[in-house]
Amino acid sequence: MPARNAPMTWPRRALGVAALLACGLAAAGPGADYVALPGGRFESVLPQGNVPSATVPVDIAPFALRKTPVTAGEFLAFVQANPQWQRERVPAVFADKRYLIDWRSGTQLADPGASSRPVTNVSWFAAKAYCDSEGARLPTWLEWEYAAAADEARRDARADPQWRRRILSWYERPNAALLPDVGGAPNAYGVRDLHGTVWEWVDDFNALFIAGDSRTQGDPDTLKFCGAGAINIVDRDSYAVLMRIALLSSLGAADTTSNLGFRCARPLEGTPP
Amino acid sequence: MNIHVIAKALQRSALLVGLAAAMAAPPLAGAAGKAGPGDFGPPRGAPIRAVLTSPPHVPPPVARNYPAKVIVELEVVEKEMQISEGVNYTFWTFGGTVPGSFIRVRQGDTVEFHLKNHPGSKMPHNIDLHGVTGPGGGAASSFTAPGHESQFTFKALNEGIYVYHCATAPVGMHVANGMYGLILVEPPNGLPKVDHEYYVMQGDFYTTGKYREKGNQPFDMEKAIDERPTYVLFNGAEGALTGDKALKAKVNETVRLFIGNGGPNLVSSFHVIGAIFDEVRFEGGTNVQTNVQTTLIPAGGAAIAKFRTRVPGSYVMVDHSIFRAFNKGALAIMKVDGNEDKAIYSGKELDAVYLGDRAGPNLNAVTKATASSASGTLSLQDQIHAGEALFAGTCSVCHQANGAGLPGVFPPLAKSDYLNADPKRAMDVVLRGLTGKLKVNGADYDSVMPPMNQLNDDEVANILTYVLNSWGNVGGQISTEDVKKHRATAAPVAAAAH
Repeated sequence: MPARNAPMTWPRRALGVAALLACGLAAAGPGADYVALPGGRFESVLPQGNVPSATVPVDIAPFALRKTPVTAGEFLAFVQANPQWQRERVPAVFADKRYLIDWRSGTQLADPGASSRPVTNVSWFAAKAYCDSEGARLPTWLEWEYAAAADEARRDARADPQWRRRILSWYERPNAALLPDVGGAPNAYGVRDLHGTVWEWVDDFNALFIAGDSRTQGDPDTLKFCGAGAINIVDRDSYAVLMRIALLSSLGAADTTSNLGFRCARPLEGTPP
Repeated sequence: MNIHVIAKALQRSALLVGLAAAMAAPPLAGAAGKAGPGDFGPPRGAPIRAVLTSPPHVPPPVARNYPAKVIVELEVVEKEMQISEGVNYTFWTFGGTVPGSFIRVRQGDTVEFHLKNHPGSKMPHNIDLHGVTGPGGGAASSFTAPGHESQFTFKALNEGIYVYHCATAPVGMHVANGMYGLILVEPPNGLPKVDHEYYVMQGDFYTTGKYREKGNQPFDMEKAIDERPTYVLFNGAEGALTGDKALKAKVNETVRLFIGNGGPNLVSSFHVIGAIFDEVRFEGGTNVQTNVQTTLIPAGGAAIAKFRTRVPGSYVMVDHSIFRAFNKGALAIMKVDGNEDKAIYSGKELDAVYLGDRAGPNLNAVTKATASSASGTLSLQDQIHAGEALFAGTCSVCHQANGAGLPGVFPPLAKSDYLNADPKRAMDVVLRGLTGKLKVNGADYDSVMPPMNQLNDDEVANILTYVLNSWGNVGGQISTEDVKKHRATAAPVAAAAH
């Protein structure tokens, strides 16, 4: 049953697409396990309309998302197949000096147990190249936020204060010495580890305009530019999401950090890429 | 690629603009150069690495008469520390402490600021220094991802004491986790010399658990938004400035406190119990207020308070919104050692029973008896009236107002065979107490009467004269002289002898 993780309420057409897609993905290689997400109307914490203080629901097209973040083991296979992404060879414009800094060498992980932990210390360029190699791309912020709004039972658990607190409690803890292996509990879509493990790159991280504390609300300098509608966060209680956006907005595409990994996404067949 | 770079640049500049007008101090009248107030021209000499100190310590005075280039390197570290005994909290720090490292420069200095975000950090951070003239106070220029470093440069145009803090979204949370500190911009000629300088900074903290609930306590977003702190603390932890860590000084020394308030929410009513600030540069500004009891320190503000220690002892610093001091931790202590100066403060001179309303109406009689005794005209009636008033306050609780005592517990004084057998012995009982088995009017007693040391000779004489002349007792008179004699010689009464 290829669509085993798909909720029973899917529209018939999406189910069919998911089934087709899952068959096609079976050949994509070990670990490249994707799950199809149905499209839907979604209210982002970032305003999507013309009014900076109010959000307008947007339509998310159906897409497929990796069930787990890319692991160090998977990334090792990638740099072995694509030596130009080994840390000794990667051009400085594509990855900073901390790129894969925790590895023993360009082709050796920190320790044998690291292979099923999420890969971190990767730049946006490297993450994008990895997803290319899997016939995929990085998810957009909206796709990521849409998938991550779900808890184990609900597709949108964001209004639940307890769920918010649970997410927030990870965000405020210092980095653990060792990251946990991928494969936490699946959310309502069957996607794992969206919270509580690592930050994740998104394709359009550079377009995240954020001033969460409203210190720059209505600043005329900012409003001159494109994307000016997005300078504000609508739901000011979403500290957890806010912190993720703040982290992403602090980065350049060559930057890496010890807690930042990624996962890949794919368009479903029959939808624009 | 290009679009990304442009977008990023726009975003960074957009991030934290517009606050400077509200937060950075307006230019004060300072030493004016051609380039404007506080600008003494380009930096001279070799660049100087700033000395940073952890609280409660303050770097030494700048002691320099020219503007220099000063390099400040500050590292952001996210770490778990104790917020109270047995209670851990994840603090985000400038330099590993709460408040962050103290920075000291001279007005007119060019400060090259390096903000380093530790590779182990989970969060991006930045710094907004209220001593900076420019958008965001440096925040947009210092936005730094984990494992990275930012650099920006500013000229310290305005002298004074300024708060710095992190301004990364969500700002309130970064501040609530301890991301604030002080930067002192010394006037060109420095500050007057004092014996001690200390660094104290208040902050409010929000944990999901209650005050002093043990274990790891996470940040509570709702409490923070509602402005209901679990802790209000000086220097980031309960006990940070008490016990062995109390601030220290000797008598007749001058102490300068740099007091900041990081907030994020509360305003501080800063007060040192038992001291008066000789001078306060309130709000960190140039004006000096003198003879201040309590100074208001706004969130995101600071003050410089100076006072001279005169009397030894422990001086408790509090936020005088006083429940914060005793129920949320806002307590610090300055321990002053040295010789007493009784002319300024005596210590306790009297520890006496206060009769209150109970004897109030009749205390006139006591006053009259004291006066009569002094003038040698004390009559038996004076003594009885005074004794009645004093008896009501001191003795009637046990022996009862009618002298009947309580059967089996407190012996009677009315028609007391024990009393009337030897009235003089009653003086020894009052002065030395009486303990153990005793038979009075045929009933057995075995209890304790403590010595009534607090009564003076006059009072004992009057009480006993009143007792002897009441309730069918033998009568007679006990004089102050009698009591004085007995006080000098009497031994404890042995109950068993009777």
